Amino acid sequence: MAVPKRKMSRSNTRARRSQWKTTAVALVSCPQCRSPKQPHIACPTCGTYNRRQVIEPSA
Amino acid sequence: MPKPTKGARLGGSPAHERLILANLATDLFRHGKIRTTVTKAKRLRPVAERLITKAKKGDIHNRRQVLTVVRDKGVVHHLFTEIATTFAERPGGYTRITKVGARKGDNAPMAVIELVTEPMSGVTTRTEAPAPAPAAEEAKAEETPAEEAPAEEAKAEDTKAEAPEAAAEETPAAEAEAKKDEA
Repeated sequence: MAVPKRKMSRSNTRARRSQWKTTAVALVSCPQCRSPKQPHIACPTCGTYNRRQVIEPSA
Repeated sequence: MPKPTKGARLGGSPAHERLILANLATDLFRHGKIRTTVTKAKRLRPVAERLITKAKKGDIHNRRQVLTVVRDKGVVHHLFTEIATTFAERPGGYTRITKVGARKGDNAPMAVIELVTEPMSGVTTRTEAPAPAPAAEEAKAEETPAEEAPAEEAKAEDTKAEAPEAAAEETPAAEAEAKKDEA
């Protein structure tokens, strides 16, 4: 089995990991309560989707 | 070669998958609305709708077929007597899946799958609307069937010779009306 010959330097490791990036979650405003929510998902605040009550409001 | 089932495989074996879907369908008919993962909801939808279609037929053969999936006789009775009657007018699309965000713990996307309870308002008008229109056109066609169609065809032929582009616009309409006359 092929294995690395040399230890990878901290610099190389960190340079590789500098490309790890996160993206912000896309958010839209709920048409019912105006609070931010994820698109195509029922609003967690008021529990509605397309103005239809789907789940109990979380509080 | 058999066509693979649409959607994800569930459980560890085909038997486990059948049990998962049967239990989900039973709970859906018992409660009318259940919260599960999006993957399971998507697999459950065709299973549940097929069972409701059988329930709408309502005879003993279909009841025995449903009982092989939903083992609870009380739930099957509820399905055949109450749920099936509410869907009498609805031509399919008995369930609705709404995504409700990720589950805490494993971040699994969750969904609510529910039996549609709203009355058929928008869809009935849509199914009724095309029905009167062909009838009206047929009535028109009955009034002057022989005169209109040949005259339009003759016009179309003339325009074809003169201007092909204009003919292309007119001929589909003329042909469509001719077909309606035949029908």
